[in-house]
Amino acid sequence: IHFILLFSRQGKLRLQKWYTTLPDKEKKKIIREIVQIILSRNQKTSSFVDWKDLKLVYKRYASLYFCCAIEDQDNELLTLEVVHRYVELLDRYFGNVCELDIIFNFEKAYFILDEFIIGGEVQETSKLSAVKAIEDSDMLQETVEEYMNKPAF
Amino acid sequence: MPAPIRLRELIRTIRTARTQAEEREMIQKECAAIRSSFREEDNTYRCRNVAKLLYMHMLGYPAHFGQLECLKLIASQKFTDKRIGYLGAMLLLDERQDVHLLMTNCIKNDLNHSTQYVQGLALCTLGCMGSSEMCRDLAGEVEKLLKTSNSYLRKKAALCAVHVIRKVPELMEMFLPATKNLLNEKNHGVLHTSVVLLTEMCERSPDMLAHFRKVRQLSSSQLVPQLVRILKNLIMSGYSPEHDVSGISDPFLQVRILRLLRILGRNDDDSSEAMNDILAQVATNTETSKNVGNAILYETVLTIMDIKSESGLRVLAINILGRFLLNNDKNIRYVALTSLLKTVQTDHNAVQRHRSTIVDCLKDLDVSIKRRAMELSFALVNGNNVRGMMKELLYFLDSCEPEFKADCASGIFLAAEKYAPSKRWHIDTIMRVLTTAGSYVRDDAVPNLIQLITNSVEMHAYTVQRLYKAILGDYSQQPLVQVASWCIGEYGDLLVSGQCEEEEPIQVTEDEVLDILESVLISNMSASVTRGYALTAIMKLSTRFTCTVNRIKKVVSIYGSSIDVELQQRAVEYNALFKKYDHMRPALLERMPVMEKITTNGPTEIVQTNGETEPAVLETKPPPSGLQPASQANDLLDLLGGSDITPVIPTAPTSKPASAGGELLDLLGDLNLTGSPVSAPAPQIAQPPFLLDGLSSQPLFNDIAAGIPSITAYNKNGLKIDFTFERSNTNPSVTVITIQASNSTELEMTDFVFQAAVPKTFQLQLLSPSSSVIPAFNSGTITQVIKVLNPQKQQLRMRIKLTYNHKGSAMQDLAEINNFPPQSWQ
Repeated sequence: IHFILLFSRQGKLRLQKWYTTLPDKEKKKIIREIVQIILSRNQKTSSFVDWKDLKLVYKRYASLYFCCAIEDQDNELLTLEVVHRYVELLDRYFGNVCELDIIFNFEKAYFILDEFIIGGEVQETSKLSAVKAIEDSDMLQETVEEYMNKPAF
Repeated sequence: MPAPIRLRELIRTIRTARTQAEEREMIQKECAAIRSSFREEDNTYRCRNVAKLLYMHMLGYPAHFGQLECLKLIASQKFTDKRIGYLGAMLLLDERQDVHLLMTNCIKNDLNHSTQYVQGLALCTLGCMGSSEMCRDLAGEVEKLLKTSNSYLRKKAALCAVHVIRKVPELMEMFLPATKNLLNEKNHGVLHTSVVLLTEMCERSPDMLAHFRKVRQLSSSQLVPQLVRILKNLIMSGYSPEHDVSGISDPFLQVRILRLLRILGRNDDDSSEAMNDILAQVATNTETSKNVGNAILYETVLTIMDIKSESGLRVLAINILGRFLLNNDKNIRYVALTSLLKTVQTDHNAVQRHRSTIVDCLKDLDVSIKRRAMELSFALVNGNNVRGMMKELLYFLDSCEPEFKADCASGIFLAAEKYAPSKRWHIDTIMRVLTTAGSYVRDDAVPNLIQLITNSVEMHAYTVQRLYKAILGDYSQQPLVQVASWCIGEYGDLLVSGQCEEEEPIQVTEDEVLDILESVLISNMSASVTRGYALTAIMKLSTRFTCTVNRIKKVVSIYGSSIDVELQQRAVEYNALFKKYDHMRPALLERMPVMEKITTNGPTEIVQTNGETEPAVLETKPPPSGLQPASQANDLLDLLGGSDITPVIPTAPTSKPASAGGELLDLLGDLNLTGSPVSAPAPQIAQPPFLLDGLSSQPLFNDIAAGIPSITAYNKNGLKIDFTFERSNTNPSVTVITIQASNSTELEMTDFVFQAAVPKTFQLQLLSPSSSVIPAFNSGTITQVIKVLNPQKQQLRMRIKLTYNHKGSAMQDLAEINNFPPQSWQ
């Protein structure tokens, strides 16, 4: 996977994870372009778009679009499963996740993503393990905060 | 200073902004606060501030001033700080930033931290965005962690290693020992990442690949069987809630294993054999109702097609793809078409069976599916199905999006050329394409079409009639109009005389034909090139039509003052033809001969057929130059003494070598073309037919008869021209003369042009010279080949004309050659 983008139906970016190095300007341009392409596709079309030398796999969950860019030899159908798994993880963690959860807790969304995917490849295929790791890390965080007697940010 | 506002507060506040400007104002205010807080080195709230900064960064605002702060957070002891710090690093500190390398030490320390979650953070960050230097520095640490028994860390280390290998391929060797044990793990996370690591290694290095195929793993079994075993367990094992997705156990791992098997089995019989069973098992047992199952089947099919599998398995795979094609889910169909496209070369027959489904996909709404279906359809056209397929493809061409039309039109032409069952069908198909997608047809298609039409001699009447009808209504599609104009120019007489056999002949008068051509000329929609075609066509009709010659003369003279230089030049030249050279007009404007089938790009071939003297003659002349070449021809005519000579006009009066291939040829009509195809495009082009009719296109240089003495044809002013002869055994009327021109003076001769004329009973063809410069002091020669057809075995005579530049002045000379050895023509 080269990058993952989450954006709303109005085209507002909610999460961006890049696994390749690109200049900031380039990233912005790409985001704009892709958001436009995907928002203009209708229901009847497939979830795959050929874009430059990559394939874009996208799926809409409620008001959020999840988009992954994969290489030619990657399995598109499996990528759909990857996206679905990520949503499931979010759901498990937040309990009935909705877009607002991701807006207000964007850093947690990143943490969860980082427990699921590293360097563009899936690292953990078990739902339980991934979420457990996040919860344990959170415990670590709270403990530290309690110790410091300061509110979590 | 009051505590900085919390992150959630900030998010809430920003979301209340109603306009972009309001939002920007809030952000700027907060940024200022954050900046001053950073300056104050406030440890407590640093992480809160950076978190806010990251949020603003996501909204698109600059956040580079937070980079150093991220570093400080990473270095802090608090887990909360580290977490935000690493997140910030991943978002803001990619390898293009200067401070990127400063992270290295922190990461190193954290890789050895006592808390696994801290180690995990470090591994994650390194694995997502570590630069090559960082990877080099820290590879050792990663390798160590790869061997740990802690599965949480092991899986992350494996992916980190993948990233290191991607950045610094030389380090791959280093991770080899650690991979020995990897697949013995029970933990799926480790298994999955290990498979990814092995895949990466095998893909990058053929040595690694060989190593993994052969070498025994620690648990004394080879890699392929081990993978097969793991896969089998996954399929056979019962329900495991952790890894289950819609009834399938850990599809991610299954797919990755299949992919690795594909790489291992490629081009390797042993490995492929070891996997045959499991592949068959997966292919038949996987549940296909959900996307997951299909994902696995897809990967299985790809693997089967790529390794050396037995044919039964391949058929199974293609059938799966066929089933996919019928699936309602668009994604599945997309995937099926993509894979079929990959396999159509190797398993052509099997794919043919699904042809009808593929053709149905042409009607799908999704653009990507349509494109793949189109490509696949072209790949599947063959002699048997061409009629049916073409019908579908033509229908597709009608209705598809503009971005496809050009490709589709080209594809149809190619397929039609290869598999046309009859000439009439071919022409009909071309007509259909021209009329439906006329403006999308590529420019190089026009000369090809013209050639095709010329070659279908019996269809001329039919073709011209159909073309005429086509442009009657609408002459906006340029390629169509060009082809039509050319045809009408050539075969206008057939049109008017109503000779069509294939369909009901229409009644057309000469005036009507001229009307349409004139409207093309006048119309704003016609490109300049098209106008050229039309004007030339009108001119040609002057010899084919009987009643309207005056009208033609009038049209031609009007355009003599056209603003378009090209048109003007033509018109003036044609005018000249009418006035001074009327006796030459019929010969010049005669019918086109059947053209040689050209194997490379048509245009360059056809265009240059006339042109061996083109550059030299034309460049020195201003516009009303049409007269010159004609006068040259006149000279030659005079030289050779009157009416028993066929003029050999080597040049086209017009100078446009570009896409207007058609009209150059037009002008010279049926003349004995003394030009030749440009030797540039492809040296392997078969020589064009030696002479126009009656000769099959035989290779001409075979069967060389040896032993004809060569002659010195010309020797004056330091320029010597030698003729060497060859006779063809297969065709005794053919003599091939190779001239060699050499220069014994002390200065080179440039722009050398050789022209020749022969008596009427002969026919002559002059091929391109090797160059136009003869170096001085006999240090090099120009060679040129002349082919002479002498069916009546008369004594060979030749007049030559030489022009060149020497010592700064233009030289010209004429000579007659009578000293041909008898062996060269008897």
